Amino acid sequence: MAVTTIEAGRSITVEGKTIAVADQIPTGHKLALVSIAGGGKVVKYGAPIGSATCDIHPGQYVHTHNLKSDYLPTYTLDGTNPFLADD
Amino acid sequence: MQAFLRADGQKGIRNITLVVYLVECAHHVARQVALPLDDRNVHLVGFSGCFPNAYAARVMQRVCTHPNVGACLLVSLGCESFDRQRLAAAVRASGRPVHALVIQESGGTADSIAAGRSWIEDILPRIEAVPKTQMQLDELVVGTICGGSDATSGLTANPAVGRAFDLLIQRGATGIFEETGELIGCEQLLAERAANQPLGREILASIKKAARYYDAYGHGSFAPGNADGGLTTIEEKSLGAYSKSGKSTIRGLIKPGDVPPRGGLYLLDVVPDGPYRFGFPNIADNAEIAELISCGCHLIVFTTGRGSVVGSAISPVIKVCANPDTYHKLSGDMDIDAGRILEGRGTLDEVGREIFQRIVDTAGGTPTCSERLGHQEFILTYKSFEAKGGRMKGEGGRGKAEG
Repeated sequence: MAVTTIEAGRSITVEGKTIAVADQIPTGHKLALVSIAGGGKVVKYGAPIGSATCDIHPGQYVHTHNLKSDYLPTYTLDGTNPFLADD
Repeated sequence: MQAFLRADGQKGIRNITLVVYLVECAHHVARQVALPLDDRNVHLVGFSGCFPNAYAARVMQRVCTHPNVGACLLVSLGCESFDRQRLAAAVRASGRPVHALVIQESGGTADSIAAGRSWIEDILPRIEAVPKTQMQLDELVVGTICGGSDATSGLTANPAVGRAFDLLIQRGATGIFEETGELIGCEQLLAERAANQPLGREILASIKKAARYYDAYGHGSFAPGNADGGLTTIEEKSLGAYSKSGKSTIRGLIKPGDVPPRGGLYLLDVVPDGPYRFGFPNIADNAEIAELISCGCHLIVFTTGRGSVVGSAISPVIKVCANPDTYHKLSGDMDIDAGRILEGRGTLDEVGREIFQRIVDTAGGTPTCSERLGHQEFILTYKSFEAKGGRMKGEGGRGKAEG
């Protein structure tokens, strides 16, 4: 998890491993430290937080576009939320 | 610390007189009665529905006989389903002054407002003169909730509250944490902390019930702001929320309106039993705060990352801000700056001790930010829980709660 915004193209070192940051990571958001195959579990805090919906490479931004819950869907205000449809 | 001693022996940390509307149709009259008396600890709460609901009646009875409450004015339109006489009898039986004002029998809006104010003004000197007594930390009941969570919540404020909860429970206080729908994904961790195996199985079943209930609706307890703040899934949010509970043994699983036995950590099951009905289990954070209060919480510790400003009627709310950017924007609403941990200006243990001390100070009478700002939110909606019995399966349970 980024404790401050990390710009794309930067290199960061996490637990002795250097990772090229592929996308901008806003504060509080997260990036992949390892390769995650599509369908594989995404692990944070040492526990699974859902499954990858496509292959994710180290340094890539991880959020709703490539990670989904194993329990309940996540809805945002991106225009696809069925609870906000007016017809 | 000094507490207000009630006729039924309960000890309160605040001395609130409640004006209670029993249907939305009585809301305006109740508000007009309460408004000019705001500076004399008169709070407004109510239930908007006209149709009957056992859960709402049970929670309202607990709220009206809460240790922080000294007297109640019930405001009824007259034709709603709420059983005002039963509620008035329960409040009277607790030794608290109570009066049921019926608008249809009191000359309508203007006369009812005048009659309500007159009753409150007559009763206030008596409430303000309620005897004080010593209260120990092991008599305190503290609830915790998170709202407007973001990815910092699980790193700073929530684990810091967990440390404060550990300190409280080591000293014999009672702690209640909740929202089983925001513990989805943490069920095994919770079950392993149960005082005994039957309770562990009961906790597993309660989280499964929450997942099933939310699944029936098709929407988890997850707001767009959670995703803006970096949380992607409900289980990620849950893992952060979970850390508010600290490391203590879980003594029991309670439901809204159950007052736990003194001492130890309890999980409040807020998701209705039985088939899916009445919509979302909790429509907003204050619905959960009202339920925590119905379980006897003297005060509430509320963590927020995105920045909630709410407080509550009846029980003070201490707000712990997880996110340093939010703290800088909303510092007037925040009691504790836990985001400083991310700025390298404090540790979880230090902030945990600060939260613990703030709890002690708040119980001793120091107002919180939301109290100073006049927040008095309260939400009570429809729910259904199974009939009484078998509620308190945890260690040391007092048996069935009344309701």
